[in-house]
Amino acid sequence: MKRRLLLLLLPVCFLGLALFFFQGLSLDPSQRDSALMAREFPAFEATTLRDKNQRVDQSLLQGDVTLVNVWGEWCPACKQEMPQLLELADQDIRMVGVNYRDTREKGMEFLSEFGDPFEVNIFDPEGELGFDLGVYGAPETFLVDADGVIRYHHKGYVSPQDVRERILPEVEKWR
Amino acid sequence: MLIKMIPEIGHFALIIALLMAMVQAVMPLAGAATRRPLWMAYGQPMAAGQFLFIAIAYACLTASYMLDDFSVANVANNSNSLLPWYYKFSAVWGNHEGSVLLWSLMLAGWGFAASVFTGNLPRDMVARVMGVMGMVCVGFLLFILITSNPFERLLPDMPQDGADLNPLLQDFGLVVHPPMLYMGYVGFSVVFAFAIAALMGGRLDAAWTRWARPWTNLAWAFLTVGIALGSWWAYYELGWGGWWFWDPVENASLLPWLTGTALVHSLAVTEKRGSFKSWTVLLAISTFSLSLMGTFLVRSGVLTSVHAFANDPARGFFILMLLAITVTLSLLVFALRAPRVSHKVGFNWLSRDALLLVNNIFLVIMTVTVLLGTVYPLILDSLGLGKISVGPPYFNALFVPLTVMMCIFMGLGSVTRWKGMAVRDLVRKLWLAGVAALVLGILMPLLYRGEWNLFVSLGIVSALWIVLPMVRDVFDKTRHASSFIAGLRKLSLSYWGMVLGHIGVAVTIVGVAVVSNYNIERNVRMSPGTTVEVAGYQFTMTELAERRGPNFLADTTILQVQRGDTGSSFTMRPEKRLYLATGMPMTQVALRPGLFRDLYVAMGEDLGDGSWAMRVQYKPFVRWLWLGALFMAFGGVLAVLDKRYRRATVTREAPKAIGKGDTAQEATV
Repeated sequence: MKRRLLLLLLPVCFLGLALFFFQGLSLDPSQRDSALMAREFPAFEATTLRDKNQRVDQSLLQGDVTLVNVWGEWCPACKQEMPQLLELADQDIRMVGVNYRDTREKGMEFLSEFGDPFEVNIFDPEGELGFDLGVYGAPETFLVDADGVIRYHHKGYVSPQDVRERILPEVEKWR
Repeated sequence: MLIKMIPEIGHFALIIALLMAMVQAVMPLAGAATRRPLWMAYGQPMAAGQFLFIAIAYACLTASYMLDDFSVANVANNSNSLLPWYYKFSAVWGNHEGSVLLWSLMLAGWGFAASVFTGNLPRDMVARVMGVMGMVCVGFLLFILITSNPFERLLPDMPQDGADLNPLLQDFGLVVHPPMLYMGYVGFSVVFAFAIAALMGGRLDAAWTRWARPWTNLAWAFLTVGIALGSWWAYYELGWGGWWFWDPVENASLLPWLTGTALVHSLAVTEKRGSFKSWTVLLAISTFSLSLMGTFLVRSGVLTSVHAFANDPARGFFILMLLAITVTLSLLVFALRAPRVSHKVGFNWLSRDALLLVNNIFLVIMTVTVLLGTVYPLILDSLGLGKISVGPPYFNALFVPLTVMMCIFMGLGSVTRWKGMAVRDLVRKLWLAGVAALVLGILMPLLYRGEWNLFVSLGIVSALWIVLPMVRDVFDKTRHASSFIAGLRKLSLSYWGMVLGHIGVAVTIVGVAVVSNYNIERNVRMSPGTTVEVAGYQFTMTELAERRGPNFLADTTILQVQRGDTGSSFTMRPEKRLYLATGMPMTQVALRPGLFRDLYVAMGEDLGDGSWAMRVQYKPFVRWLWLGALFMAFGGVLAVLDKRYRRATVTREAPKAIGKGDTAQEATV
């Protein structure tokens, strides 16, 4: 009899685990993976793409919800996502670009050809800021809230569908 | 007209299959409970019909892919008119709905096979097995029809073209990996059904273990190959050169493999010695439950992983219910029935019985370790204790010592005798192998690299300790035969299966130890004309070009590689592709495989000014990882082919012929 009771512990233990699974269904795992999630935007000091005498640092990202997009002239997918970024800028969302591993001329050429949704572009030719951000490759997009804390990380190309289903809801959530 | 209706035909076939599965779940069990042979006889034809109709549904979905029917949502989301035909064929299981359909097809296939090869089993046993299989099938077919219908239409506004198959999945490895893995997962349903049937009938005898062993070995072999293919795919496709990431999805396949391995061994003890009966049944239940749990973890998206799957709470909830019902019910049946069928069989602590028990304990500890590491982030998150991720450091820290300890017992286990043996005999058999393993294991890293490495030595000592005693055992066993060859012939296929399986483990361990410690990786900036030297190979970039594939644009590099010592040279062509339909960039690795080393070149990113960041890697012994897995799987198949099981099939024919029309047969057997 005792043994049977002991064996009954097995289904009970399993049901306990199942309860956690059940709760897990309503949690968002994407918030669990990125080490940078809910952390402050890394400190940096750089010049801007347009003006090599203008210096910017992390205080740039304080005060308003901002989308930070990491791009480069060398990256074909960045060209493809420009229409979506311009559309986001049209909806009064503050956009800051990180010109990643690029040269000034090529970056400027890119912006004049494909449009410029960015309030300002951080010039990051050596990829130092990109490294601190844990960028895998361009394009990547980070949502930074008004306190300069990273709230959302989109890896890769932003499709029109991503704008509707992921980016805009996230922006609304943190505004 | 008929062509336009293909998706509806498939949908309809699925509904018929569900109805048949329901009959199969109810009638044979009711028949076994009330002793009605006619009711019990429902099982086999229903299993056949179910397999047929799911196969029709599967063929319909494949046809929709082949014909580019983008009015079917599943096709529109996962295929494209530019996709080559073979990827259209494999895209069927490259998505959630299709892969659950494949799962069900295989489940029905195993059920059908089990209904055909029933062995000399009593009729009520067969009926119960069929009933349990039917129940599992009902669960999965309901899951498809309610939450994941692959035949959903996008009418009237169907897209002009499909969204394309995820570029990561456009690859040979991904064509073969999921079917193998599912064959393994699903195959364990047979031994699960068998265990439950044995519990219900109170008949946990040698007959059921003898019957269950080949099925378990076969499912285990499939799972082994499936996991190895997954690891191989991640290795060359993700572009990082890693072969195991302790990713939740990988862990989900490793968990049933670990308990399945324990089950294969514990079934051996139960068949040979009649002991560990309850334990074997519990392992059979756990293995299939973990297969289901793996499906839940992968399909519900409660854990993040490199394998991106759609996250749909409704689906997750359904599988969770399926999992909860299956596991709770089977554990309840186990708790209520298991004590009745236990027997005490004595054995000495220095015996194969005891060592197999130790092996089982290690495998279970490993299972719990992996399970904890996998669900721990989820549990913390549920309790609101913060978001963390458990990574390779945890798993490696626990898995490496556990594996080494298990190897110590593996070396002993394969040469000891059942029931018990004298310490003196064991020492006589083992001392030479032990000394040789230690000396060679410690010397080899020195000879190979000129510097000593603890982990490589541990790996090689463990591997030799597994292999050498077995080699000696083979010689001992053939000593009395007229010639060595004649002696080898006398050894049974299941013995050879065991030897090969264990050699496979040793080969994999060597691969893991060497490639993890002697891997050389260099990240370099290269432009045409640049030369880099890695591990004695000169890599010179000769050309940088762009090319257009069927559904992608690519930057290609051509590298001329020259071997320093022999001067032989060859070319390698890594690529960076941009898939047009999805806009997804992909790294196409250039590989130069070899038995003792792989050369691995991946393109990183364009650094402007015509140069690229390139990752060049030298990976010694990496092939051994998967070669070992193939040995293991082949060992499993050899054991299935053993005469012993064939003999069981032959003797079945006789009583069946006599017993025709004998309705009271099951009462007497």
